[in-house]
Amino acid sequence: MNHWIALPILLPFVSAILIEIVGRGRIAVRRGMGLASCLGTIAVGAAMVLLTRHGKVYTYALGDWEAPFGVVLVLDGLSALLVALTGVVSLFCLLYAMNRHDTRGKFFHFFIQMQVAGICGAVLTGDLFSLFVFFEIMLLSSYNLLVYTGDKQSLRAGIHYVILNLTGSVLFLVAIGTLYGVTGTLNMADMALRVSELGAEDIALVRAGALLLTVVFLLKSAILPLYLWLPNVYSSAMAPVAALFAILTKVGVYAILRVSTLIFGPEAGVAADAIEPYLLPLATLTLLLGMTGALGSTHLRKMMGYLIVASLGTMLMAMGLFTETGIASGLYYLPHSTVAIAMLFLLADLIGRQRGPEDDHLVVAHMPKQSGVLGLIFFVGAIAVAGLPPFSGFLGKMWILQASLPAPQVVIIWAVILSTSVMALVAFSRAGSLIFWKGEEPPKGEPPRGDSQMGATAFEFLPVVGLLICIVLYTAFAGPVAEFCTVTAQNLLTPSVYIEAVLGAQR
Amino acid sequence: MAVLLIVLLPFIGVLLAVASGRLGRRAAAVAAAGPTLVAFALLMSLAPSVLAGEVLVLSRPWVPALGLTFGLRVDGLGFLFALLILGIGLLVIQYAYFYMSRGDPLWRFFSYLMLFMGAMLGVVLSENVLLMALFWEVTSLSSFLLIGYLSDRSAARRGARMALTITGLGGFCLFAGLVILGQIVGSYELTDILASGELIVGHDWYLPMLILVLIGAFTKSAQFPFHFWLPNAMTAPTPVSAYLHSATMVKAGVFLLARLHPALSGGDAWFYLVGGVGMATMFFAAYVAFFRHDLKALLAYSTISHLGLITALFGFGTAGAAVVGIFHIMNHAAFKASLFMTAGIIDHQTGTRDIRILGNLRRAMPYTMVLALLGSAAMAGIPFLNGFLSKELFLKETLTAPMMAGTPWLLPTVATVGAIFSMAYSVRLVHGVFFEPGQGKMPKEGHDPSAGMLLPVAILVAICVVVGVAPQWTAAPLLAAAAQSVVVGELPAYSLTLWHGFTMELLMSAIAIGGGIFVYTQRARLYDLAHRIWPGLTGGAVFEKTVELVVGAGARLTATLENGSLQRYLVLLLVMALAAGALPFIQYGFSSGPQELTPTNPVAIAVWALLVVAALATVLTHRNRITAIICLSVVGLLISIVFVYLSAPDLALTQLSVEVVTILLLLLALFVLPKTAPRESSRLRKGRDIAVAALGGLGMGAISWAVMTRPQDSISDFFLEHATYPVGGGTNVVNVILVDFRGFDTFGEVAVLVLAAFGIYTMLRYANHTFVEGVPDTADDRYPVVLVSASRPLLALILLMSIFIFLRGHYLPGGGFIGGLVASVALIMQYLASGIDWANERMRLNFRVVAVIGFLIAMVAGSVAFVMDLPFLTMALLGMDVPLVGESDFVMTLLFDLGIGLAVVGSTMTILSELSHMQEVEPYDEAQRAKESDPWKP
Repeated sequence: MNHWIALPILLPFVSAILIEIVGRGRIAVRRGMGLASCLGTIAVGAAMVLLTRHGKVYTYALGDWEAPFGVVLVLDGLSALLVALTGVVSLFCLLYAMNRHDTRGKFFHFFIQMQVAGICGAVLTGDLFSLFVFFEIMLLSSYNLLVYTGDKQSLRAGIHYVILNLTGSVLFLVAIGTLYGVTGTLNMADMALRVSELGAEDIALVRAGALLLTVVFLLKSAILPLYLWLPNVYSSAMAPVAALFAILTKVGVYAILRVSTLIFGPEAGVAADAIEPYLLPLATLTLLLGMTGALGSTHLRKMMGYLIVASLGTMLMAMGLFTETGIASGLYYLPHSTVAIAMLFLLADLIGRQRGPEDDHLVVAHMPKQSGVLGLIFFVGAIAVAGLPPFSGFLGKMWILQASLPAPQVVIIWAVILSTSVMALVAFSRAGSLIFWKGEEPPKGEPPRGDSQMGATAFEFLPVVGLLICIVLYTAFAGPVAEFCTVTAQNLLTPSVYIEAVLGAQR
Repeated sequence: MAVLLIVLLPFIGVLLAVASGRLGRRAAAVAAAGPTLVAFALLMSLAPSVLAGEVLVLSRPWVPALGLTFGLRVDGLGFLFALLILGIGLLVIQYAYFYMSRGDPLWRFFSYLMLFMGAMLGVVLSENVLLMALFWEVTSLSSFLLIGYLSDRSAARRGARMALTITGLGGFCLFAGLVILGQIVGSYELTDILASGELIVGHDWYLPMLILVLIGAFTKSAQFPFHFWLPNAMTAPTPVSAYLHSATMVKAGVFLLARLHPALSGGDAWFYLVGGVGMATMFFAAYVAFFRHDLKALLAYSTISHLGLITALFGFGTAGAAVVGIFHIMNHAAFKASLFMTAGIIDHQTGTRDIRILGNLRRAMPYTMVLALLGSAAMAGIPFLNGFLSKELFLKETLTAPMMAGTPWLLPTVATVGAIFSMAYSVRLVHGVFFEPGQGKMPKEGHDPSAGMLLPVAILVAICVVVGVAPQWTAAPLLAAAAQSVVVGELPAYSLTLWHGFTMELLMSAIAIGGGIFVYTQRARLYDLAHRIWPGLTGGAVFEKTVELVVGAGARLTATLENGSLQRYLVLLLVMALAAGALPFIQYGFSSGPQELTPTNPVAIAVWALLVVAALATVLTHRNRITAIICLSVVGLLISIVFVYLSAPDLALTQLSVEVVTILLLLLALFVLPKTAPRESSRLRKGRDIAVAALGGLGMGAISWAVMTRPQDSISDFFLEHATYPVGGGTNVVNVILVDFRGFDTFGEVAVLVLAAFGIYTMLRYANHTFVEGVPDTADDRYPVVLVSASRPLLALILLMSIFIFLRGHYLPGGGFIGGLVASVALIMQYLASGIDWANERMRLNFRVVAVIGFLIAMVAGSVAFVMDLPFLTMALLGMDVPLVGESDFVMTLLFDLGIGLAVVGSTMTILSELSHMQEVEPYDEAQRAKESDPWKP
């Protein structure tokens, strides 16, 4: 039995329960359990990546009910990649939060574990309705983490976030209802089969369902015109939470990719390529507007928010090509951008705290106390996010350029990617030179303002440097990773592999 | 292996320099010089084979999918450049040790410098062009750090950003161009690319690829119109200017032209673009240089001019011109680096670089004077110095340039005029600083610096002289080797001698020298003229303005789009959804299904009409919150009646109990909110909202109609078949679906419920309560006696009822979810009837823990299956029987259901008790509220 497939969901669930039962009032226990669960998720995720690297698809029928009647978990390369990534990012966020954030309120570790379980469940399930359920778990835990500090700004951002996303949930249900109404199934593999057998009389209905579903996923992955909520929400959350959020939007990307290749791919009969034509133009505009926002941002965390939007645009542009190299390059770019931006969110927190009341606002303030080491990390992080060499962002963008060369829209894609890269360069060099070069010397003799005169401890730097090392490793091992992405992309473009793995026995 | 080490050693130097941080200046210098020296020695060990014409290639795979390998290559050209980088690098380290002021953290300076050195070596020694592009950008980044080294000066920050943006932009273009190049050839290895010249030139993508690559080369080598970053980069410490911005980094552009010369130079576009830009830059920059009063600015424009000259030579596209281009690269590196260092010495010793102020230094700084004189003479192209040789050859090439048959006089004229100005500024450099009296007082009285600072200059000047006097014995073998990698086939005949007889180029040289002296004598008039007519428009200003404009526009656009209005975001979402839902029907038409419609029932119509009315009433009364909630509850109740009518008792029961609990909670929440909502929508906005809502409703109706008129062929048939005993275990198919077939969804929903309760708890407990305004309790009789006395006996009855519902769930309508809700209703009633304090005293339960335990029980129920090696949530455990109770599936589902029920009770009660806590917060204050901004808007 492949019980381990359910592990990335059950492990954080169990630790969430134990954190609330055994760890009540004992912060060390809560921290330890949280860390253990994240490490476990990384281990399982890594094993999953290794197992799926040749394109094998694993299934796990919950409740022992065979697909399409019960809910099945399906593990392929795409899911494995996201599970591993979730483990890594959550581990460092947790480490960072242990410095001060996790004791500012209750239930921090509970929410984090639920969040991890939600993400892993969403990427592992092979069922459209349980995808909805896990989206809800993700939504609620992220909302709870967002308003965790209870300050006014995060509550306000939280209201926007939760209302928009609950509206999205309603639309999700409408979409599922429509698709169930037409196909009579919820299992994604089964739905793929049934969609391809639909008659011409169902063409409009099934396509409407597909597009409604896409709208929901576009909201989750913050693609134009549904990205406007993101920068404010992410910059309002506290640093480790914002860093963890960097992965939430990727679940939206995952869902788009899964649904558009598996159910509504080119072989989907009347619903063939129902989503395909819209993705590339929307993603291109998203990249453009996201980077414009980053350029015009007034504070660092907002800039990171817009950079997330831009990075989502970038990867969906690549995936929107729906070619093997396109999807593969987008997949390679996905973990890179998540880790790099998570790191910068943590770093922005450290920088902001050392600048006094100006925080991370891009105005002249006094120099951060540890401007040397912070500047160095900022420099490296900026290089990574802007897609400059020698880090994985550069490799990712290079691959995306290569992948889009045969596409008819190549000129636009290239122009947008290159010009936004320059914009990122300008944005970062402006922000960096303002903070680290233009800063005034800290006033001498004046009493320290807040904790701005205190340097960050080594333990606070640990997660930042850890994420940095992840980027370096991701660059160094780009060869095998790229191969993994290629195999995964091939699999995605051959939905029969997935379908046979899920339904093989019956059909 | 040696080549790998050569590239890696400077990076080791970076680490050593960083590590030397606390050990002082000398340690930092050693940390930088040591690896450089070793790399230099390693390079020298390769000299015999490279000079013999061998090409050493080393390749390690990196990312095969991208065609990116870690491939290095040493041929003549790479060797020459590596020699320049390491040789001049050593001199610069020595020079910088003396030049940089004592207070500077030298380790930082040297770590940046070594980073640059490694990257630059990477550029010139790459076999894989993508790897080259990678190193290329790293040189831009390290140059950014070095230009901004004196970061407290705003000019330095601006210069650094400008350089990074321009060269970074060029780097991206280059990288795009190289990707196309690699796709044309089918390989990113230089060996393959250099051998495919014809294929490349004939390809459809040749022109776009060429333009992209050239933008990369031109930005790096500061060619017009990208030249302006280089003068602005002069804010860098002088060792940096000498090293990066004259001898090496700016040569990366022309290196690229040389490197790709065999592959790309075959097309006409190459000649016009490269030759044209090169000639224009050479002429224009020589002219501008003459008018610069800052020594370093003069040298910067002179560098641009000479780079233009080299670019032009490669642009001619002939083998002969390319050889001359390489020769001039060598010569220029030597004399320009020496001149920059000299300028740095003058600045260092006198405190100024302004030629107008400097003067009469020949007595105070005799050694410096001699070195400057020789360096300038080489730059001007005076015989017996290396500059003369390559400049003569350049002038000769302009006479024989291809494709200029129509206007054979054009290039020689431009070249000669450029050379006149080149002579003029060289004369000015020496005469203005060392001979002419200065116009102001220098900050310091200068004198010659220490020998350690003069030594690197002297070495470079010595090279200029030796090469100038005896080129055949010194530069020739190196040039031959380098030229061999730029020229396809046999090397053309060229003669490195001082005397070629009375030739046209000799005449041009003479004109240039004479004309230059003449121009210099007329300088006062020219400066005066230039002062009046010099255009205020400079590349740097245009660039700054453009960046400001783009950033400003970005900020405005962003602020306009992201205005923080939830209403806007919601409308966008709903409109998107409407468009998504409607588009397919517009494209393919709307059709209802073939299903027969059932006859209408007047009762149903009445219920539905009531439903519509209640929904409308909710909207219309929304400003009076209590009324609105009551209308909403009517909607909910009517829906449960609809469920009953459609024979779905389980749904009806669920809907009913959910409805009761939510309405009660809403009412409690309302207690701490104002009773009426403010009027805030404009007429226009209302119109928009009505339109969106109406279209949304119609759309939903249409889709539902289309779905429900279609025949159903779904997995639910399977559920109906298998739910009944003994397969699924129960007879209530809804419950079996919930706890067995799709137990995982239920399990997830339990998690959602618990999360919601915890979230509401956190929010209400820890939130900044300025958001939530309490309202004074106006009810006269707080706890109506009838309610109190009725609720207490009812508690037991309802709880009993909930247990009953819970237990029978497996076979008849009911189950854990409904049971839990009913139990919650019983408890809530106590709160309502008798007050929080009364109820809390009697229920000392932590409901959050109850919720988590419920979740835990569900988890345990699901995990029992692991014991039998069955998947999570398997209920039918191989037909196992549990004594006294019955079949395993019944026991397991009951346990699972119990978990659900507990989670429901726990969650609902958590929310309830927190909401009732809210009533203890301060009373609602109208004045305070007016001051508060609307919570729904930023």
